[in-house]
Amino acid sequence: MKHYDAILHVRGESEYVDDVTPPAGMLHAAVFASNVAHGRIVSLDLEAARASDGVVAILTASDIPGANQIGGVIEDEALLAEGHVHFQGEPVALVVAESFEQALKAVAKIKMEVELGEIIVDPRVAFEKGEVIGVPRTFEMGDVEAAWAACDVVIEGRSDVAGQEHLYLETQRARAVPSEGGRLRVYSSTQGPYAVQKTVAKVLGVPHHVIEVDVRRLGGGFGGKEDQATAWGCLAALAAWNLKRPVELVLNRIDDLKMTGKRHPYSADYKIGATKDGKILAYAVRHYQNAGAACDLSLAVLERTLFHSTNAYNIANVRAFAASCRTNLPPNTAFRGFGGPQGMFAIESALTEVAEALGTSREEIQYRNLISDGDMFPYGQEVEHAQAQRTWEEAIDSFDYAGMRRAVDKHNATNTATKKGLAIMPICFGISFTATFLNQASALLHIYTDGSVSISTGGVEMGQGINTKIINIAAKALGIRESRIFVESTNTSRIANMSPSAASATTDLNGGATILAAGELMARFRTLMAQEFRINDPGTITIVDEQVLYRGEATGWDWEKLVNKAYMSRIALSSHAFYATPNVWFDKTKEKGRPFAYHAYGTAIIQVTLDCLRGIYDFDTVRIVHDLGRPINELVDLGQIEGGLAQGLGWMTLEELAYNDQGRLLSHALSTYKAPDGFFMPDDIQVILVEDSDNESGPYGSKAVGEPPLMYGIGAFFAIREAVRAYTGGQPMAFDAPLTPEKALLALHADKLGGLSAKRTAKSSVSAAIAAAVVAVIPGK
Amino acid sequence: MTTTTQFWLNDRLITTSASAGMLVLDYLRKQERLVGTKEGCKEGDCGACAILIGELVDGRMHYQPVTSCLVPLGEMHGKHVVSIEGLNSRELSPVQDAMVNRCGSQCGFCTPGFVVSMSWYVMCAKGEPSRDGMKRAISGNLCRCTGYASIVRAGDDLVEGFGPGGNWESIWQADDRIKAMAEANMVPAYFNEMPKRLAAIAPHVVEPAHEGAPVDFHVAGGTDLYVQKGEHIPDGQVKILNRHPEMKGIRLEGDTFHVGALTTFEEFGANADIAKMIPRIQDYLFLIASLHLRNRATLSGNIINASPIGDMTILLLALDSELVFFEDDGQRTVAMKDFFKSYKVYDKRPREIMTEIIFPKVDANTRIHFEKVSKRKCLDIATVNSAIKIRTSDEGVIEAVNLTLGGVAAVPLWLPETAKYLVGKSIEPATLHAALDIAQGEISPISDVRGSADYKRLLARQFIIAHFVELFPDRMRFEQVV
Repeated sequence: MKHYDAILHVRGESEYVDDVTPPAGMLHAAVFASNVAHGRIVSLDLEAARASDGVVAILTASDIPGANQIGGVIEDEALLAEGHVHFQGEPVALVVAESFEQALKAVAKIKMEVELGEIIVDPRVAFEKGEVIGVPRTFEMGDVEAAWAACDVVIEGRSDVAGQEHLYLETQRARAVPSEGGRLRVYSSTQGPYAVQKTVAKVLGVPHHVIEVDVRRLGGGFGGKEDQATAWGCLAALAAWNLKRPVELVLNRIDDLKMTGKRHPYSADYKIGATKDGKILAYAVRHYQNAGAACDLSLAVLERTLFHSTNAYNIANVRAFAASCRTNLPPNTAFRGFGGPQGMFAIESALTEVAEALGTSREEIQYRNLISDGDMFPYGQEVEHAQAQRTWEEAIDSFDYAGMRRAVDKHNATNTATKKGLAIMPICFGISFTATFLNQASALLHIYTDGSVSISTGGVEMGQGINTKIINIAAKALGIRESRIFVESTNTSRIANMSPSAASATTDLNGGATILAAGELMARFRTLMAQEFRINDPGTITIVDEQVLYRGEATGWDWEKLVNKAYMSRIALSSHAFYATPNVWFDKTKEKGRPFAYHAYGTAIIQVTLDCLRGIYDFDTVRIVHDLGRPINELVDLGQIEGGLAQGLGWMTLEELAYNDQGRLLSHALSTYKAPDGFFMPDDIQVILVEDSDNESGPYGSKAVGEPPLMYGIGAFFAIREAVRAYTGGQPMAFDAPLTPEKALLALHADKLGGLSAKRTAKSSVSAAIAAAVVAVIPGK
Repeated sequence: MTTTTQFWLNDRLITTSASAGMLVLDYLRKQERLVGTKEGCKEGDCGACAILIGELVDGRMHYQPVTSCLVPLGEMHGKHVVSIEGLNSRELSPVQDAMVNRCGSQCGFCTPGFVVSMSWYVMCAKGEPSRDGMKRAISGNLCRCTGYASIVRAGDDLVEGFGPGGNWESIWQADDRIKAMAEANMVPAYFNEMPKRLAAIAPHVVEPAHEGAPVDFHVAGGTDLYVQKGEHIPDGQVKILNRHPEMKGIRLEGDTFHVGALTTFEEFGANADIAKMIPRIQDYLFLIASLHLRNRATLSGNIINASPIGDMTILLLALDSELVFFEDDGQRTVAMKDFFKSYKVYDKRPREIMTEIIFPKVDANTRIHFEKVSKRKCLDIATVNSAIKIRTSDEGVIEAVNLTLGGVAAVPLWLPETAKYLVGKSIEPATLHAALDIAQGEISPISDVRGSADYKRLLARQFIIAHFVELFPDRMRFEQVV
């Protein structure tokens, strides 16, 4: 089966929130947001805006009947600013008008005076000043301090990795429709329908059951709509509640870019020690997370940085510290990988320095230290079913890495105008919500008397193919054809208390619940058929290809006859089942536990060609060996691998969020924020799935696939860096991602800058990028 | 000025008095509730709003993919607007089928735009079908889910199907491909009716572009104007310049090119005489913008926008272009080198309309080259760009040179001092090194979102080297000069 929604998609018939025919009298809202990053609101002048054409109402914090609070983890974020603003793009007022254009025009007429406060954009500065969210965490294993002495080489260094815009093609949006008795139905583009439901209820001061949230599909999420769809759902609901009319709020691209949080930037200091033959003995790292102005999901993201601070490597002595630092940027949030990639970037940087110090290759050090069964993760979980070495070795063999390496070295020896770089990127990513309680899901399955099937789960379709996989799973569990099955919208009245569609776990959890729900129905059917056939063991009854079998033999009964018989016999044709991932736990007081049901593994090889004259680069090839267990739908999963890879490559190279020191986002449009296009991606991408793999913890032996492939993209940084250093003769080069064409060119020709500066006619300061490029990161040995 | 606009929208005749400056995208989604066309950025950068615009040319329909977020409704008079809905038949089209089969659609939001662009390719592209051609057709479409690989595979299926030996080869090769596709149910049958239908719409009677009552906005391609002032245009008085076909077209009169001000980037590159004079023009256009934008963006718009990094501006500046303006009381010609005064300030009177760009044809000893670097190679605005026109003797002595640089000053810059130095010198590394130093004295870049001042200085240096290495590979190699 292909992607379940695809036929609607290619015809342009899929309905997103605002595509649905609007209810009569619907109003449109637009947000007035702060244009300074920190300060006290002195005055807010709404008069001109109120008088503007078509304006029906302007809502501020004082119009909120319940709590002005949308913080999901820590209550530190107002829906509409009150008294102070903390970042540029923080919503202050909501204009509601007859048309969207009128609402936007009125927004432009609002005047706000702010007494400027101190603006912090750097997480290290925030940390120095004590602006820390929650409590810093430290994961520890072994004894790093004792281990340094045993090392032949000890290196200290720093890595920096920037944020990333989600760039879901469908911007944030919601539509709220009031109904009788003060009830509200909210159509939201959210990965977390329950988060929207409970937060709307909190803002309005009503019980959860008054609010129904319905989600048909998202035009992309990638984490950006896990927590950050909530504000827009709440604002639409607040307006509908106050005005007793349907209200729609759609952010335009520029507002979306300015007002929403991104992937967290991180800065890290590390110290790493190894023996002279490349065995890593100890690793200490301090991560400074740039959380932005409110907690959002930052603490959970921070935790996952720690969980993945050693990536796929076995290091006996580890101390990983991480602090969530409050700055005056929009609150950063979930993004595919959820802090894991940032942790991996630091260890990959550190390993690279070890290789350089020892005069050996990066891949030598990586391979030497890959984890295997029986090793321990720093958080106390034992490594089981490790596939790090297997995927690495299969990648090396299948793709003739030695040949690739020879060709690259030969090219570099004989060419000056272009240089090639090659990097291997192994990944190990833990699957489960690290907040253990979220590892629960339910499914509601109806069979109608014509044999058609309706399924509701808590999984949100955002393109990742959850609905397709639910159908694949249900068809298999019931033994019927897929075309009988329809997956309903995700709705809080049908599925209560759902976890967000996140953590790569949506299929595992909701698919698990679907299997249980189908199992309940199958048990009833078996009992019914056993009675019908007068046999003792219902277990001998199966359904295959819509036929009821007894001991594998046809009985003359098919699905429709069976369903009809059940109905006439007053057997329930609906089931609701609940799934909770077994055997996961974590003790935060000890920072030890078994947080993950299992780990996803794979290895990528990335090759790049660098134009040494212009500093631009092209990816030649990406080769991947990935472990999917027993995939439920290879085509859908391949799409996740390739799509994740593209986002990872973009994050490491051209996707640059430029904030100035006033906390203003300069790259606030698609003309300035560039994500991969079709020509950025290499034509030559090959993916091999590990054969004969299994996974006892995933539905039908499958493995989660959503996030892990993004981290293959990290290899791009090291491939480009290798190409640059092939030109510069191995000059030091900072670990500062993204490695944009600007940084590449400045690193290639750092020696020319002095000459150019002398010729200046106008003043211009040396940029941070250049400082980073020319300041050597010399390992302290 | 309310003018009725009449056009065919898919299979339906539309007569509307909606504002001429309203965007086609807004008209489709809000007035007609044709919501298959999506708004992703309203800047022409994502292609989710792609549509086809068809015109009757010599009795045949001529379609182009464009981003409907930058196209004024008033320009649609007498045209055929095709949205995704207009491509749907009962069965999936080959493009739709390939996208489904290859899982080229995930969240689906960008998908209608891709389907429109790919449909244009199979309906209208010239030459043999190829992967590169298909990729160029979707160069204006962004997808955040798939990483493009599955979309490219879908494209490969189509290229194979329509290519030599493929099932649909005869359709691709048909004299009237769209008709052949309609007969094969690959596009709806109504496509066959369009030439007749468009011919029946009476053209608007328009006064010369430089006459008439003052207006708030002169809209040409709109690709920059709508990005800058999009919210104000629908409410203003708008003059749709593209209603003036007399301002289009490229003529070579003797040794002088006369290029209509409304000539699009794509039309410029497609002209055989231009291609002869600038042999790598297609390579440059590939870097300059997506197909969708090149179909809309005009040369005069690029110049009047006066961005210091206008790509075509930098090229035309190097070609010794002159700009012809019309006003009520007559014509005026301004050398492009004298046109730009300071940031976005230029020598044009408010009521003047640029009608033509004139530049001399070059001789066989003259070479032209363009360089551009942006963060993303394609579909991105330049950090720095540069063009050169250089004439040399057979012995390699420089006889005349024009060097231009964008993104290094408040205006699109030409470098007279550097040029003066180069004339009379032979092409060798020492000459180049001296020229690089002089050029650094002529530029004054500032740091902005596209790059630091130092980066721009370095790029300026690298581009001058690149011009010589690219144009005179026999006389100068990369290794000698860097």
